[in-house]
This record gives sequence, structure tokens and C-alpha cells, in this order.
Amino acid sequence: MSQSDWDKNAVMQVIDSLKDKPGAMLPILHGIQDTLGYIPKGSVPLIASALNVSRAEVHGVITFYHYFRESPPGKHTIHVCRAESCQSMNGTGLEAHAKAKLGIDYHETTQDGNFSLEPVYCLGNCGCSPAVSIDGEVYGRVTPERFDEILDEVRAQA
Amino acid sequence: MSIKVYVPRDSSALSLGAEKTAKAIVAEAGKRGLDINLVRNGSRGLFWLEPLVEVETANGRFAYGPVKPKDVDGLFDAGFLEGCSHRLSLGLTEEIEYLKKQERLTNARVGITDPVSLEDYLSHDGYRGLQNALKLTPAEIVKQVTDSGLRGRGGAAFPTGIKWNTVLNAQGDQKYIVCNADEGDSGTFSDRMIMEDDPFVLIEGMTIAGLAVGATKGYIYLRVEYPHAHKNLNTAIAAAEKSGYLGADICGSGKPFDLEVRLGAGAYVCGEETSLLESLEGKRGLVRYKPPLPAIKGLFGKPTVINNVISLASVPIILDKGGDYYRDFGMGRSRGTLPIQLAGNIKRPGLIEKAFGITLRELLYDYGGGSATGRPIKAVQVGGPLGSFVPESQFDTPLDYEAFAANWAVLGHGGVVVFDDTVNMAKMARYAMEFCAIESCGKCTPCRIGSTRGVEVMDKIINNQDRAKNIALLRDLSDVMLNSSLCALGGMTPFPVLSALNHFPGDFGAE
Repeated sequence: MSQSDWDKNAVMQVIDSLKDKPGAMLPILHGIQDTLGYIPKGSVPLIASALNVSRAEVHGVITFYHYFRESPPGKHTIHVCRAESCQSMNGTGLEAHAKAKLGIDYHETTQDGNFSLEPVYCLGNCGCSPAVSIDGEVYGRVTPERFDEILDEVRAQA
Repeated sequence: MSIKVYVPRDSSALSLGAEKTAKAIVAEAGKRGLDINLVRNGSRGLFWLEPLVEVETANGRFAYGPVKPKDVDGLFDAGFLEGCSHRLSLGLTEEIEYLKKQERLTNARVGITDPVSLEDYLSHDGYRGLQNALKLTPAEIVKQVTDSGLRGRGGAAFPTGIKWNTVLNAQGDQKYIVCNADEGDSGTFSDRMIMEDDPFVLIEGMTIAGLAVGATKGYIYLRVEYPHAHKNLNTAIAAAEKSGYLGADICGSGKPFDLEVRLGAGAYVCGEETSLLESLEGKRGLVRYKPPLPAIKGLFGKPTVINNVISLASVPIILDKGGDYYRDFGMGRSRGTLPIQLAGNIKRPGLIEKAFGITLRELLYDYGGGSATGRPIKAVQVGGPLGSFVPESQFDTPLDYEAFAANWAVLGHGGVVVFDDTVNMAKMARYAMEFCAIESCGKCTPCRIGSTRGVEVMDKIINNQDRAKNIALLRDLSDVMLNSSLCALGGMTPFPVLSALNHFPGDFGAE
């Protein structure tokens, strides 16, 4: 019986299907995060063993990249752009609004588990600043009012 | 016969509601019993008009924008499918001034075709460059690229032909083509537009590069923030494989070339070429010492061409029309065209592909129409987060690598971010240091430690603590970062910091 609260079989399936690719580490980490929403600490030894590298090496890679996370995200992940183009269109005001509205800071998840908030440095939507993305979908020219509407839309989809 | 209606699928158009507009148009046409053929094209890059909808008429494509779902009913009433007069009518798309004045070589098909239709690509001059390349020797292909004067569009502006020649002459049982699609600079989106809106042109460019240097495998290292580009690239690669444009036998030539997309994971420094290669190899994105150059020892230790998306996507037209054709655009040592991305606080943001030589003032006012807020433009940052802030007094500088270098500024990847007079340049300088601290790979001390100390010094300056002393310290620190960092992240963070300080001393508390 597995003691873990994550699906070891799913992780092993990802690892087995990708481990023979050249430079397999990032594809495996993406595969696990796509499947589970995060990379469980317990999967580190499995990856290390499959790729014949140390656990420290795997941990180092996971923590180097901002995108990879080691704890489960909320139901929806909101990325707010902090980069210059968005700043020129009141991006900092939008950041403050998002934090206040959700009652959380960056890298946190709302108590109801609905939303995680992350900063992002450019979504490539700089012609429509400021921009946020929710679950990979980008929104442009987001005013604080528009942000609230989008949250309502996303909640309604659930 | 059904009438073609175009609604973009580009992520900027989607970010402004193009999906809902497309659905509303289909529903309204259905309700009225009208036969339309909806094409999801790329974006023309006129973002203040998105969602920009086009209808095919006898005179050419006719545009409306920005079209919201609530406008659709009224548009049909006015004669939408015939190219009608309506408050959202823009006339024939090709006649829109912003588009008409451009010189679109690399972006020739962007916004026009269905991005993932190989048939569309072929009927719009696609794969003509590859067909020519297949008749040439590797050295002859490299010569065309060298003759074109093309320089690396990622920002470093290194001559592409020279890089290719080094890889061609390098010995190796395996060589690679790597596309740097980690477009992390704020204010830039031209790579994204190529990959979303015309992915075949990048695939063709990489295939030609493979033929030129003897590489049989290519990787596109794509940032994870671009999910639509990921999808379109994979769809286009599958279509190219199916039709023999990729795989074991390119167009019956007997030559193989395979292509794979790999995703980054939100590390800005992985846009630095050696860091990118480390990441592709499955490691932390630590910058490598150079030499050896990637052209000699690159991916997995093998000779590797690593080029930006726009550099590679410019190769097909060079091979189609010849190096001379491309070289005849531009000025000085900046040859060809640059896809400029006008962004930030600007009334008419968009993609503007022009020959080098256009001035910032023309871009900001003739194209851009001034700031979005209507306030005076105080500064523009050209070339991403490591680019200098340029003041109004330098707006007449032509876009040319050398002219910008003379002003201690860079063109970089062609992103232009506009700020109005409410911006505080000391805060922007602090942000530049903060960004460097967040994104530093940590390998070299000037960048790793210098950026954190830089934030602290900026905080003191902003809080009016020993200003004169701390400004002297900031200059000293910038000097160290500038001259002793391992790569451009630490080495160029002083560009925004010192340009802000030098051009806008008032924001730093100077009298």
C-alpha cells in the first residue's frame, strides 16, 4: 500500500514514457506537473533513479525554474504580468488589486482552494497591456473592474 | 458559394474576446441562413483594432474592428458580408495605412493565412526557399545567408551567415539546429506571432539551416507562457512530416531533418543561448563560459546553430528571393527588416515590420499615435528589460544597431515599450535590479550579488538616504556588473539603470 497522497502510477507512467529522450528531465517534470498539477517531493527519487542522477540534481532543477511547483495549486492559477509593458499601463495597480481582491500574496492559494496567484514576467501580450492569464488563457487590457468580471466568469464555469 | 470570414486565433486577439466574436458571427449567419466559411487566421498585428474581422469580397479582404459580440447583429443588418459602411468598417485591409506602409518580408503571411494549413502556406509562396536550397550545396546556402547581411534578431545582432559557416566547418558526427523561442523580453511578441500565426515559416527556416550545416535534428526551445504557439507548432510539424517536408527524406532529396518542440519553465535567463542549451540537456539553466562557442561545442557537446525565431524565419525569403534582395532593405550594417513591436502606453500598439532606418519618432507618433493615456511620452524602453530607456531628445535616432549603440542603447529584439510622464524612472531602475535578482542564474557574483545590492541601493536613493553617496555607489556597482558579469543578464542590467539615472536625474532626487 502506498502511503503517499499522490498517484505514484501516474508519475511512473510519465517517467517511463519520456526517460529515453535526450535531455529528458524537463519533459518529465512538465509531464508530472501537467498530470498532477505539481511535482510531489516523493517523486524526486523516482526521477533521479530513472535518469541516473542524484536527488539533489533533480531538486536543483525543480527549484531553479519558476514554473515548477512542489505543492498542489488551487483549482485555477492566475498569473499577473509584472513586466515593464504592463507597468506602463497600471500593471502595478492591477497587481495590488488582484492581491486585495483574493486576499492572498503571490505564491499563495485562497482558503477555499479556488485560486492560486503567481507573478509572470511577460505573456507576450504587450500590445494589450496589462495582461493576466488564468489557466493558460490570456486576457488583455485588464482594468481592476475587468479583473473582477473575469473572476466571476471563471467561477461560473466551475 | 460560401463567403470567407476571417476571425483571428492569435492569442492577443483571443485576449480581447475573438473567440466570442467568432461564435457570435457563426450563430448570426446561421440564424439568417447565410453560408459563411469561417477561417481562423493569425493577427494582422493591429491590436487596437482587435478583434479585427475580415470578409472576402470581390475587391479584396474588407476589415471591421474592433468587433464585439454585441456588434455582430448590427453588422449583418448593414451588409457585413458585402463590405458595408458601418461605424466599425475599416475598408480594404491592405489599404489600412498602418499596414500599407510596412515592409513585411518575414511576416509576409502573418494574419493572412490559416496558420496551421500547409495548403495555405504553399499557396502563399511557402517552401519556395527550401526548394531553392535543395538545389544548392551547403556552402552556397550559407553564402546566400551571409550575403543577405542578416544579423541575429534575438538581440545580439551577430551575423547569422558567419555563425552558420562555423558550424558547417565544424567536425561532428551529429550537429543540431536549436531555435531560441524563449521570448522573455517585455514588450516583445514577434516570435510568438510567427509561431502562432505562421509556424511553417519557422519550420522551413530550420530545415534550410539543417541542410546548410549538415544538421539532422532541430529543437525549438519554447517558453511555457506560449501555449497557443506550442499547439500550432506541433500541429504544423505533424502536417510537415506527413507531407514529406520533415522526416527521413526531405522532399525526396534523401536528406533527413527532424524537429521537436521542448518547453522551458519560466526562467528568463534561459533565453541566453548557453543557459538554454543547459536547460535542453535537462539541467538548471546555468550560463556556460565561452569559449567554446556553441557552434563548436553546443547541445550535448555537438556543433550547434542556435538562432532566434525571427532570424530563422527570415531565412526562407532570403533563399526564395536571394541574399541581395534582402540586403537591399535597411541602412548601414543593419540590413533587411526588423519586426518592431510597439507596446505599453501607446494608442495604436502593434507589429510593424520595416526596413532598418525608421526613427522612433515616426514609430511613436505616425504609427503609434502618441500615448494611450493622451499624456506626453516621457521615455521608451527599447530592447526589453536589459535595454536602455530612451528620452525624447533621442527619438530621431534611426533604428539601426550602430546608431543605437552610439547612444548607449540597444535595439535588442525590437520591442518598444512606451511610458507616459507619470512614470518614475527611479522606480523603473529599481525594478530592473529586482528583475535581475529574481532571474539571475547565480553562477557569477556580479549578477547574483550585485542585483540584490542594487535593489538595496535603489531603495535608499528612493527613500532619500544619503542620496549623493548612494548614487555614486550605484554607478560603481553598475560598472562592476557591466564589466565582469558572465552574460548579458548581469552585464546589461546597468543599461536601464544608468540610462534612467543619466536621462532623468530629477527622478533620482537630483536638483
